[in-house]
Amino acid sequence: MTGRALRTAAILVGVLACACERERRTFTEPGPKARPASAPPSSSLVPGESPIEGAPLDPAMPGYAETAQAISEGKLLYTWFNCVGCHAHGGGAMGPPLMDDDWIYGSAPSEVAQSIIAGRPRGMPSYRGKIAPTQLDQLVAYVRSLGGLARGDAVQARDEHIRLTPAPTLQHAAIPRPGRDRP
Amino acid sequence: MTDPRISVLDPAGPQAATIASLWDVFLWISIAVFVLVIASFAVATGRAVGRRRRDGDGDPLAEDPVSERRMIRGIVLAGTVTVVTLLALLIASIRTGSALAALEDDAGALHVRVTGRQWWWQIEYEHDDPPHSATTANELHIPVGRTIHLELTSADVIHSFWVPSLHGKKDLIPGRINRTWLRIDEPGEYLGQCAEFCGLEHARMAITVYAEPPEVFSAWLAHQREPAAPPADGQAVRGLAVFTGSPCVLCHAIAGTSAGGRLGPDLTHAASRARLAAGALPNTIGNLAGWILDPQSVKPGSHMPATSLAPADLHALLAYLEGLR
Amino acid sequence: MTAVRERELEPPDPTAELGRAWTRPAGVWGWLGDVDHKAIGRRYITTAFVFFLLGGVLALIMRLQLAGPNGDLVGPDRYDQIFTTHGSTMMFLFAVPVMQGFGVYLVPLMLGTRNVAFPRLNAYGYWTYLIGAVFLWVGLLTNTGPDAGWFAYVPLAGPEYGTGKRIDVWAQMITFTELSALAVAINLIATTLKHRAPGMALHRIPMFVWASLITSVMVVFAMPAVMLASGMLASDRLIATQFFSAAEGSDPLLWQHLFWYFAHPEVYIIFVPALGFVSSIIVAFARTQLVGYTATVLSMVTTAFIGFGVWVHHMFATGLPQLGQSFFTAASLLIAIPTGIQMFLWIATLWRGRVRLATAMLYVLAFFATFLIGGLTGVMVAAVPLDLQVHDTFFVVAHLHYVLIGGAVFPLLGAVYYWFPKLTGRMLDERAGKLSSVLVFVGFHLTFFPMHQLGLAGMPRRVFTYDVATGWGSLNFLATIGAFVLGLGIAITLVNVVVAQWRGAIAGSDPWLGDGLEWTTASPPPPYNFRELPTVCDRYPAWTSPPDQPVVYGVRSDRPEQLVTTLVDAEPDHRTVVAAATGAPLLTALATGVTFIGSIFTPWAVPLGAGLVALGLVVWFWPKAPHREELLEARP
Repeated sequence: MTGRALRTAAILVGVLACACERERRTFTEPGPKARPASAPPSSSLVPGESPIEGAPLDPAMPGYAETAQAISEGKLLYTWFNCVGCHAHGGGAMGPPLMDDDWIYGSAPSEVAQSIIAGRPRGMPSYRGKIAPTQLDQLVAYVRSLGGLARGDAVQARDEHIRLTPAPTLQHAAIPRPGRDRP
Repeated sequence: MTDPRISVLDPAGPQAATIASLWDVFLWISIAVFVLVIASFAVATGRAVGRRRRDGDGDPLAEDPVSERRMIRGIVLAGTVTVVTLLALLIASIRTGSALAALEDDAGALHVRVTGRQWWWQIEYEHDDPPHSATTANELHIPVGRTIHLELTSADVIHSFWVPSLHGKKDLIPGRINRTWLRIDEPGEYLGQCAEFCGLEHARMAITVYAEPPEVFSAWLAHQREPAAPPADGQAVRGLAVFTGSPCVLCHAIAGTSAGGRLGPDLTHAASRARLAAGALPNTIGNLAGWILDPQSVKPGSHMPATSLAPADLHALLAYLEGLR
Repeated sequence: MTAVRERELEPPDPTAELGRAWTRPAGVWGWLGDVDHKAIGRRYITTAFVFFLLGGVLALIMRLQLAGPNGDLVGPDRYDQIFTTHGSTMMFLFAVPVMQGFGVYLVPLMLGTRNVAFPRLNAYGYWTYLIGAVFLWVGLLTNTGPDAGWFAYVPLAGPEYGTGKRIDVWAQMITFTELSALAVAINLIATTLKHRAPGMALHRIPMFVWASLITSVMVVFAMPAVMLASGMLASDRLIATQFFSAAEGSDPLLWQHLFWYFAHPEVYIIFVPALGFVSSIIVAFARTQLVGYTATVLSMVTTAFIGFGVWVHHMFATGLPQLGQSFFTAASLLIAIPTGIQMFLWIATLWRGRVRLATAMLYVLAFFATFLIGGLTGVMVAAVPLDLQVHDTFFVVAHLHYVLIGGAVFPLLGAVYYWFPKLTGRMLDERAGKLSSVLVFVGFHLTFFPMHQLGLAGMPRRVFTYDVATGWGSLNFLATIGAFVLGLGIAITLVNVVVAQWRGAIAGSDPWLGDGLEWTTASPPPPYNFRELPTVCDRYPAWTSPPDQPVVYGVRSDRPEQLVTTLVDAEPDHRTVVAAATGAPLLTALATGVTFIGSIFTPWAVPLGAGLVALGLVVWFWPKAPHREELLEARP
């Protein structure tokens, strides 16, 4: 009886701790030593399917976390830095959509960061030096959440502006792209 | 002592003065009511305590029709006085309301747009020719003696514009435009603070109002309409390059350069402002450096990210920003 | 047949039979399934006071943070969660439930009946309240405490700026507690209207019962508004509805209207029961009849009614048209009239009484002085121009604490000292009580009076710190000292209550020579409340109690039966069997909890939870076998 109660309590505490993790808000930033001034190094292009999807986080992103705070800040930045101009609110326009499950250059945080920092062929400009490391982390977290890769309890349902795509909270998996087979 | 530059009871213009005189009416009537009610309460209680000490518990159901009638008369009288007093207060309040609205008809009012943002104030003096509009932050300069018409709105959540020495508050609500009219008669410096809870840094969202003689104000506004001063020396030239090559440029605008971000405060004349980060720090070169390197330690939660710069770049940037008078 | 005949020949002892019929089964399951109004009422009161203390701890943390300029005890993120949870706890987890808890405990005793009209609904209400209350605090302790203020204005609380699940925790806590408040309100209304002792016509109802009836009717009108609003907020946040989005053609002000339409009456929902406490305590300790019974009732009804017409005075700064503002100024000033009349009636009652300065009475004196100031500053903030200056400043913090602590908590503490002997059978220590009342009174004024000045000096509410140059430091320091004196006073009462449970003097059934029916039964009352159901011939039955006063005969004692009386004159009408202890309310409350908490994370929790609740209701309403004896009687 006591043992079971203890086990239940332990599980409960564990669940609560997880919830706590999603809500943590950090206001201190990793010092310059933890993070080289020029964030992820440029690498040779990796066209098509990325071989390193799901690879561990790039050590150059020490502050990266997919918390509610990071995703919501990232969302502000997404609009402010005019990502909307090409990718719309995830549905894509001039640039590729971000809310499907098709990641041309990989969906790992370091790969998304690489796309933003180094730019990609056919129009994605490089933001090297223009985006502070913290902001890059937040933007990556938001972009990944657009594709349904962030946890449902950390994303927000609605923007304060008109949007014609489904709410992120209702997006349990990314929208599959018809006509493309993925393993 | 509290700061007289931020006080309801030290009015600096007709709006706040009208409200302060209404305050006096309410305060004195309230004191009178308080004294009367507490006195009769104390007398009644004292009498009843004494009676119990003298006579013991007695019969709780005993009735005395004579004193009953007297009491009812007393209550009716007190009730009537209450109604009359409240009516008088209502009339005083409505008259004050109309007095406050008097400025709204002034056609010669100076039009200023104030936009609340998390957690700073964007202030725009429009011009028919848009490039000549002046945009500044956290400092509202106005000429004394002239009606000011503030157009209030918000870019994110609800804020509230409140400078106690000038006027009551008015909310800045996203999707709406609110208006308020005020006038200052005394030149001077007045302080205000966001009054509607707006998130983490609600406590550090201050605004300073500078009331200036009309000619001083005109000169200030003419200067603010100018583009930024070009870099004065080699160090400042390098600073401008650092600015446009660093994350600063995505959020901040400096008129006359390629920096056109509209998300943070306009820095065209940043060095002319007295304080940094919506009143959080005095605008000194040391504070500015600290604010650029680690804003989160000054205003945790602020949307300004930390920017790591090489020391030489930082000094160049500071030299350039210090020149933006 | 033989058995029945024997019973007729030899009537069993009714006390033993009543005890068997009304006592819950022993053990944990019996405790969990208890539906006795006294048990539920005690649980409400105890739980609410636990949250009062927790909310008080939060208040002390805030006072420490603000004691001097640039305080760094907590950061803004924590501070926002703390002040939001403090407000929400005090309003939703303490003030309303504790008043309703006293209603649940006292109303059936005062009416001379044996339980509330719907005992299982009563238990269900308590369990949903408990789940919601614990839920909010688990949120705070796991860094998921709501952080947009107890008013949760959108868009700050909306999906874009209220990140994470913090606001959802708040919204569903509202749903839980308001559901519970509605359950109690419906119960108290039905009990008051249909279960009064014969002879207790409407004009003989005790004043506290009137207060709780009026409050309950307010709850029925106010709570659905906020449950609707919190549901809309939750669906905006979860499934991207557009109820409050300016971008999609809605308006953030809609939230404010819906919220304050509830939240202003909420103040009176807390305050009107306190009026009932004050009337009861004055009558008992001044030992005289209340002057102007009808006027007192009417003034409470009027207060409740006008209370629904003043919500816009929380929104004067939002830029509404001036004519509308004048209307709401007039309504807000109007509400001072019934309250003023009420005060004059009490003064008159005291005037002709013989006052005994027990602790309960001291708290009423404290109430008078404090609430009067709160009422007068209330008149000030009703005037639009003054409100524009002091709105959202510490002046309003002072005003609302004068009204809520002075107007509701002081009478509540008085009520604790007055009715504690009835609840436990033991007396609270009077010396400790008097010391505590003085400390509470002094500490309160030391804390909150300087805040008026702070507000006029420009200090806005809900700031986690302030600059040295503002000069707000010394008054804030004074307030912090006061807060600790106030806390000490409360702590003394807490110790007094705990110690008295075991060591208090035995009270007997009527230690204060009280006036109501509750003093005519043992302390604490037996599970069936009254051995014989009483009848009543005037307003103060325990004072008059003529020796030939009849008792009710014919209500069976071998099963839980209640007498139902008519609405106006309380003539005996019929008998009804009420539920005995059952686990169904707890099960249904747990299912409700799964629904509400789950719906924070996924919309599927709603249909799933609806199924679970339906299962709980099936258990709840599963037809019982007819009573054995009825079967015997029905047999040809």
